[in-house]
Amino acid sequence: MNQCDYTVRVEENTPLLYILRNDLKLKGTKFGCGLGQCGACNVLIDGRAVNSCSTPVWDCPGKAIQTIEGLPAAGELLSALQIAFEEEQAIQCGYCVSGILISAQGLLSVNPNPSDEEIFAALDANLCRCGTHVRFLRAIKKVTSQRVKST
Amino acid sequence: MNKLVQLPPTLKNNPLLKRWVSFEQDGVVTLRSGKVELGQGILTAIAQMGAEELGVSISQVKVAPLTTPISPSEASTTGSRSIQEGGEAMRFACAEIRDIFAAAAAKRLGVPKESVQTKNGVFSCSHNSGRPPLSLSYWQLSAGVSLDVEVSGAVSPKHHSQYSLVGSSARRLDLRGKITGSKDGQAVFLHDIELPGMLHGRMVRPPSFHARLISVDTAVALGLSGVLEVVHENSFLGVIAEREETAIKAAQLLASTCTWREQECLPDEGALANYLFDQASEDEVLSGAGLEYENPKSIQPKSAKTFELTSLYTRPYLSHASIGPSCGIACWTDESLEVWSHSQSIYALRDEIAKILELPKNFVVAHHADGSGCYGHNGADDVTFDAAVLAGCVRGKPVRVQWMRDEEFNWSPMGPAMALKISAVVSSSGQIERWDQEIWGNRHISRPGRSPEPGLLGAWLRDESLQPPPPVDMPIAMGGGSQRNAVPYYEFPNKNVLNHATLPTPIRSSALRALGAYLNIFSIESFMDELANKAQIDPVTFRINHLQDPRAIEVIKSVVKKAGWEPGRALAENEGIGIAFARYKNIGNYAAVIAHVEVVESVRVKHVYASVDCGCVINPDGVINQCEGGIIQVLSWCLKERLRFDRTRITTKSWDDYPIFKFSDVPLIDIELINRPECESLGVGEGVTGPTAAAVANAVYNALKVRVRDLPMDAENIIKSINAQES
Repeated sequence: MNQCDYTVRVEENTPLLYILRNDLKLKGTKFGCGLGQCGACNVLIDGRAVNSCSTPVWDCPGKAIQTIEGLPAAGELLSALQIAFEEEQAIQCGYCVSGILISAQGLLSVNPNPSDEEIFAALDANLCRCGTHVRFLRAIKKVTSQRVKST
Repeated sequence: MNKLVQLPPTLKNNPLLKRWVSFEQDGVVTLRSGKVELGQGILTAIAQMGAEELGVSISQVKVAPLTTPISPSEASTTGSRSIQEGGEAMRFACAEIRDIFAAAAAKRLGVPKESVQTKNGVFSCSHNSGRPPLSLSYWQLSAGVSLDVEVSGAVSPKHHSQYSLVGSSARRLDLRGKITGSKDGQAVFLHDIELPGMLHGRMVRPPSFHARLISVDTAVALGLSGVLEVVHENSFLGVIAEREETAIKAAQLLASTCTWREQECLPDEGALANYLFDQASEDEVLSGAGLEYENPKSIQPKSAKTFELTSLYTRPYLSHASIGPSCGIACWTDESLEVWSHSQSIYALRDEIAKILELPKNFVVAHHADGSGCYGHNGADDVTFDAAVLAGCVRGKPVRVQWMRDEEFNWSPMGPAMALKISAVVSSSGQIERWDQEIWGNRHISRPGRSPEPGLLGAWLRDESLQPPPPVDMPIAMGGGSQRNAVPYYEFPNKNVLNHATLPTPIRSSALRALGAYLNIFSIESFMDELANKAQIDPVTFRINHLQDPRAIEVIKSVVKKAGWEPGRALAENEGIGIAFARYKNIGNYAAVIAHVEVVESVRVKHVYASVDCGCVINPDGVINQCEGGIIQVLSWCLKERLRFDRTRITTKSWDDYPIFKFSDVPLIDIELINRPECESLGVGEGVTGPTAAAVANAVYNALKVRVRDLPMDAENIIKSINAQES
């Protein structure tokens, strides 16, 4: 978990979400629907964005799990995506942002220069009610264009 | 003695200056507002207004969470009024506080007060002797300055020409915490608060609103390891457990043992307008003489070239559909009942909890913490009461109650269904001679504290003799509710508007962003387009021909320029553009919107342009963010959303049953702000809602020559409109 090992003693079917939030006190990951429909609870498991509300904890030992708290690399305050979100002021209420950052990170780590269609495909399962989509897209594209420039 | 200024009402009601500002922490100004952050960026804007007057930088400002024993009471954070109320109050309070400190600084520096400048929280006075300037900071002065005094009204805030912070896109104060998951190790959202020994509660709800609990077997749930209590009072049923997932499991087990008695008492979802027409109503003439005619057909055209038209528009019930279901925390001790809530009306919630539980008001202490965006009255207040009741069974221990997804969809209040009929007569010169309009639907506000009867869900479930109080509206002069924007802002000789506020409330309803203005503006602006088309006049010209307010005309011209609108402009096949305008509440911000759509199997919005005049802009990026968000949310409402129900139950339970806009649905959006620093700042959270929906409908007509008058404009309603037009 975010580069650290943890041992928890819980019922094996407990959704990962509650272990993160209540046992490990990583509150950045949010409860949204508990049904795998909104993406608010997304975390990266072995690099892939998944719904932690529908991932039983028995499925997690030995896997690399990353939450919003683990996005910045060691010694950094913010990841490149978080910096772009900050610069674009890409929040309204901010409740969905953790899941959006995770889905975007999952996409960029396998596809550093995605097309609009690829971004939509990666993010369409993340719901935002405030309508901050245009800012999220701007921030994500800022990171991809910086990468294109630097390579 | 200076002439006294007219103080903002919420400052007059909270005159003690120490309630607004304090300087306890070195280098930090703590501001306390009675308004709350809902995601609209309001606390940043209010901080800018305060910091501007104090002469401190925004990085020196902290905004403390609203807490009832200390913070000023500024009623609810609603109606796009927070800049006008909370911002203005903070501005005047800070102007006076700066003056008090400037006087103290001047006295200690031995200079006249007028010669003291303030920057970054430091008062300084330059002089001619060549020595370095004398200076003292707020924090050096604060020990000798008491803010335990009432505002005098003797100090005027800055003239707008002196603004440096107001008008800049200061970064949201809550931004960092929300993109990192925590702020300095502290909870960012109410949902994240963890108190020592905190327990987890879950509710078990009836399957439909009027269902009654006949029997329940609590033994299985109580047998689960870690379950502490089952709380059962009539149809109020909840469970408390040590762990959150145990509480969920126990609630599911409990639900499986319940027997309920249900009633078939919901209207036909497919015939809501007819249902509304048939209901008893309280009628109110909002403009003109009301309706003098029995039948619109009786309107007699004056000459062969005049024409008349009648149209009916409808909206369904809409869910607030917050991404995070509501959450509340409560803790009872001998001294107090403390609650944490993301309610929009913290003081009213405190009073309501005290009223229902028969406690002295001050025994209940309510704190605000940010929630998931609510856009109106969602489950925030109700879940706090649920937590208070559950926590009463485990005194000394905090209980956190988290509503589940289906609870939020089924039990938080809805934006009510409405129907609206307009008839008009247009002269041969293309001027509207007469406008007759009727509105049907519930009133829009059932927030706690608006009625003498208990206004929280848990109260009605615990005591089945209680009925939810009927929703109310504000007076139209204060923006109204069902009547909001019911009276067209346009000028015509006969403007008759009649509101039928229907009395039965089959589905619990309350304030949803823009309240009645959403359908009222959608209808008026769709109808203006219908009239312009029939009169064969460009819809922009037609609107301007009926307007006198120069700011209204300018905002329309601005969006026309932005979008490159030209009368009769040729577009690709299946594409169309449409325009709409409104002045929110007829007293608030001005917004004109142009939508460019493509209609193939469904409506795809390609581009939305909006021009907005909200007077003096406090934070341009914040205003643009609110407008972008408002546009996207309304596109979602008007193209996709409707609450689903059968004759007994609400059947919308998950996002599968209530699709909303996704990333791939979102159009390009361009916002133009018309800044008027010399004018009053006007709140901006809701102004684009009505015009956006109407601009889309007008663009759909432009593309298809089909008029869609029933919301949402989804495939079902478009096909219905095509069939109606063909027959």
